[in-house]
Amino acid sequence: MYAFDYHKPRSLAEATALLNANPEARLLAGGMTLIPTLKQRLASPSDLVDLGGLPDLAGIFVGDGEVRIGAMTTHATVAHSAEVRAALPALAALAEGIGDPQVRHRGTIGGSISNADPAADYPAGVVGLGATVVTDRREIAADNFFTGMFETALEPGEIVRQVRFPIPEAAGYAKFPNPASRYAVAGVFVARAAGGVRVAVTGAGPSVFRVPEMEAALTASFTPEAIASVLVDADDLNTDLHATAAYRAHLVGVMAARAVTSALES
Amino acid sequence: MGLMSQPIRRTEDGRFITGRGRYVDDVKMEGAAIGYALRSPYAHAKIMSIDVEAAKSAPGVIGIITGAELEAAGIGHLGAAFPASFLKNRDGTPRVDGDRALLTVDYVRYVGEPVAFVVAESLNAAKDAAEQILVDYEELPAVGLIDEALDPGAPLVWPQAPGNIALDWAQGDEAATDAAFDRAAHVTRIDLVNNRVVVNSMEPRGAFGTYDKVTGQYELYATSQGSHPIADTIAKRILRIPPERLRVITPDVGGGFGLKMSTFAEYPLVLIASEKFGMPVKWMSERTEAFQSDSHGRDLKSHAEMAFDAGGRILGYRIKTDFNLGAYGLGFGPGIQSVVPMFVVGGVYKVPVVYNHVRAVFTNTVPVEAYRGAGRPEAAYIIERIMDLAAREMGLSQDEIRLRNFIQSHEMPFRSYVGAVIDSGDFQRNLHDCLRQADWAGFPARRAEAEKRGKLRGRGLAYYIEKTAGGASAVVISFTPAGRVEVGVGTSAHGQGHETTFAAIVADKLGVPFDSIDLIQGDSIRAPWGGGTGGSRSLWNSGNGILKAADAVIDKGREVAAALMDTAQDAITFEEGAFRVHGTNQFLPLLEVAEAARAGSKLPPELKARLEKGLDSSGTHEEKGDTFPNGCHICELEIDPDTGKVSVISYDVVDDFGFVLNPLIVAGQVHGGVAQGIGQALLENCLYEPGTAQLLSGSFMDYTMPRADDLPSFGFTYNEILCTTNPLGIKGCGEAGTVGAAPAVMNAVLDALWDKGVREVDMPMTALRVWETLQRAAAKAAV
Amino acid sequence: MIDTVTVMFSVNGNDVSAAVEPRTLLVTFLREHLGLTGTHIGCDTSQCGACVVHLDGRSVKSCTMLAVQADGQAVTTIEGLGTPEKLHPMQAAFNENHGLQCGFCTPGMIMSAVDFAQGNPSPTPHEVREWLEGNICRCTGYHNIVASVEAGARAMAKA
Repeated sequence: MYAFDYHKPRSLAEATALLNANPEARLLAGGMTLIPTLKQRLASPSDLVDLGGLPDLAGIFVGDGEVRIGAMTTHATVAHSAEVRAALPALAALAEGIGDPQVRHRGTIGGSISNADPAADYPAGVVGLGATVVTDRREIAADNFFTGMFETALEPGEIVRQVRFPIPEAAGYAKFPNPASRYAVAGVFVARAAGGVRVAVTGAGPSVFRVPEMEAALTASFTPEAIASVLVDADDLNTDLHATAAYRAHLVGVMAARAVTSALES
Repeated sequence: MGLMSQPIRRTEDGRFITGRGRYVDDVKMEGAAIGYALRSPYAHAKIMSIDVEAAKSAPGVIGIITGAELEAAGIGHLGAAFPASFLKNRDGTPRVDGDRALLTVDYVRYVGEPVAFVVAESLNAAKDAAEQILVDYEELPAVGLIDEALDPGAPLVWPQAPGNIALDWAQGDEAATDAAFDRAAHVTRIDLVNNRVVVNSMEPRGAFGTYDKVTGQYELYATSQGSHPIADTIAKRILRIPPERLRVITPDVGGGFGLKMSTFAEYPLVLIASEKFGMPVKWMSERTEAFQSDSHGRDLKSHAEMAFDAGGRILGYRIKTDFNLGAYGLGFGPGIQSVVPMFVVGGVYKVPVVYNHVRAVFTNTVPVEAYRGAGRPEAAYIIERIMDLAAREMGLSQDEIRLRNFIQSHEMPFRSYVGAVIDSGDFQRNLHDCLRQADWAGFPARRAEAEKRGKLRGRGLAYYIEKTAGGASAVVISFTPAGRVEVGVGTSAHGQGHETTFAAIVADKLGVPFDSIDLIQGDSIRAPWGGGTGGSRSLWNSGNGILKAADAVIDKGREVAAALMDTAQDAITFEEGAFRVHGTNQFLPLLEVAEAARAGSKLPPELKARLEKGLDSSGTHEEKGDTFPNGCHICELEIDPDTGKVSVISYDVVDDFGFVLNPLIVAGQVHGGVAQGIGQALLENCLYEPGTAQLLSGSFMDYTMPRADDLPSFGFTYNEILCTTNPLGIKGCGEAGTVGAAPAVMNAVLDALWDKGVREVDMPMTALRVWETLQRAAAKAAV
Repeated sequence: MIDTVTVMFSVNGNDVSAAVEPRTLLVTFLREHLGLTGTHIGCDTSQCGACVVHLDGRSVKSCTMLAVQADGQAVTTIEGLGTPEKLHPMQAAFNENHGLQCGFCTPGMIMSAVDFAQGNPSPTPHEVREWLEGNICRCTGYHNIVASVEAGARAMAKA
């Protein structure tokens, strides 16, 4: 690890000021990605601004037809929240499937979506549910938030405060994990709401993406059979040691069907 | 009832479960510095220059060692364990090992080869400095895969090894084997890949060295499977000092699996650095570094052919194997696919003739050495895969083809064509027991039920045998003034529980309290000489050696007791830990006799002079006679055709390890071994990139280690068919699980996929590979 | 010039205060500064779990945390769980069920298991295996670890 200075601001304003004053500073949330990255010397921030001292950023609120999750809320908190389990069980299940128990005790939703790992689980939930990302300066619709591999619409110094998930009629998440890292090789979040069905895929492409053909088919008939003949184009998908693009394209179909089944069962 | 054969809970556990184990990284020394190896990022390159000047003055840096400096100082090189005369080409010419300096000077030949050794006040400082070392590499074409290296015109790893052939070895009678095939009614042929794996003991390698400039003594703490072989190599071959000037201590070790048998460059480097810079120096591998710098395992391709008569009986067996040696022939590397498994290539069958042609191939990859089983899992894999396929081809059941070819228990001792003398065993019984244990007969119903759930269920059977024994290690039993019994051994446990098992033998044999016994191991000065722990031989060595040493203790004790109780020696019996005067109630406990002998004051002068060391005695088990652990494995699994994911549902083993000293520990060895076999068959794969020989699976993020949710619970039982060639009657159990597992799993995978038209499966059958295999089979069926 | 930071937290019930480089990992702090070498380092990608400790009662990977992130909290390591004389029920269960061989993964395994068992007094083998996703063992094949955790959980519930 390269050396850096450490700050633990007591207010969002202080955090913002620190980021503005140090262009090479990085935010530290749960650290589940950032710290391994630092250990491998793949990043050399001048300063770390730890959001761990801002309790207002953590917490869950369910009401007004939505689930609001503070940026510093851990995956374990979401997974075990009785309110989330009741209102949006698919999201609790998604959180329960991230990493391993120790990662879930530290990793946060804000950290996860700000990092925008193409194989992370939360982006599928955020896009699949059509959530709104609330930052210290604006609200960003999920469809506009993830802009590429490890890229988001966040501006320099912008801090995610909360994610607001509208509660759907039904939702499900299914993923096929990488056997080594346990990240998603292909993870599909399916949600049916008054406005229609959304299908979001993580792990398979350079960034989370929606599958309009599946959404249309599922809006017409919300059953696994409805998407059986929808083929995802492998051209834009990832190939690595554990999965070819063709395999990923196939898995997207399988996981989407399982997500629909799960949504129907919940 | 004695302690031997009891499932005694391990005494060593106490420190491990409370965090009080002491591994190399836990050793503290005042003023110690940290060593860090700068490694090659290229698979093959010429080093034009190395400039360490800027790095030397980086903050916290104490100094930097380069290869040129070591050459100038006359430091020796690493090498293979087998003498040139012992292992040579089939035409009698010598093999090529290459020449491996501790730090390379002119060329790098694999990604991760150490180029410079930085010593600094902290690891961070050492890494900061290493980034300032300027190495001018001229990149050269590289080969990482066996096929690439064998390609005509492939770049050569070593100019003296044309075609990248390091060793061209064979066993058996080629002409006689060919003749057997000429009269065969049926020939089964198979091509198999045995995938490369990374050992990944949970504790990475590490070393802590000190040099005392007053006494000229070197001391090394190392993660090893035996202090003496490492001490010998470093003293004689590398530092070229008298052996008594180096003490190697092996503290607690977090798993070895063959990896920690060898001497690695970093071990002498910490000693050299300590001498040069005047402080203790520690080097600990990080995991990602371990992927590039630990020796790897397996990595071979075989074509095998089995000739059968019309009754399904084996007439002859022909194997052609090419194995990846890596860039250097180090340690046991050149022998692992040749001489190490040569006595078990024919498995448990009456194979009249064999021709086994093996070539070691140089590549620009990290050297390949021992990994649990070392050659024997590979041999078992080939023969059990080909037997499985032959049964399918000839319409025989998996048990029937084996029963027709087994060496029968009444034929033992059986001298096999390959020269092994199998002393004992009952393969038929173990097979039958395992079929029953796994409910082999009930499989069709389970398969039908799985089919209803959309799953493909398969079962696989394998019968393995291995050969273990050899490598004498001494035992010394001594008695301390505090009334404790010290048992010094030349073996070196790193998870096997020797503190418990060896103490049980001593307690039973000498009748001394179990908790009065201390095991002295892993110390090249304090413990008697030995080859360490590897190859499932420690109980054979030290266990039988303890019996010998204990007999000597009793003989001396009888003499002393006779003198103390003023009677004739032949009037004395030794029972339940005491010397008793026959026909009287007079007795002396052994520990009292030992103390009297140690003190000497009550002994007649002649006896006192003769027993200068009291009852302390040594013993070495040197008798010839191998042990042949063997057993039956049955794996049942299900495949999700939608994703290709394989789930092992049940796994059964019936083993014959001869006398089982501690059933709890033996079961643990089998469980762990099977897990490594399942891991290799389904999950683990060490991949180098074609064309560049860059390591692709370089961390736990990419290399799939078996986890708890990847594995089932195991059904393990055993039949104790005593080994006739050693007093304890034991057969080695350490590697057996791994030897039998891979073929059982792969036969089950093939069974699950057979009805889909799949005929070839290679390890590892990851979800991706299963899915692709099913896709290909479906495409073929559609044509 | 990088400033050191002062950390104050409790470790195994004892208050600890030290000035550290911000880049000091919690595991490094425990091992090097406090000499608590029962917490091990088995990988560098947060996979293996040899470094698991409790932070305010929940299991975390101490190799993936800065020491300074533990400021103001309570850390428990394997040394704080039980002693050879007075073993924690989970420690005793690992001994009784031969849940360890080389012992290197064991402290992290036990710390993870204790956290698990606090909420699951009678787990199924399947639940144990799922929970242990973050702990890798190379020796045991997990069979006896699973048995140990099941037994340890039951014993903890009784204790």
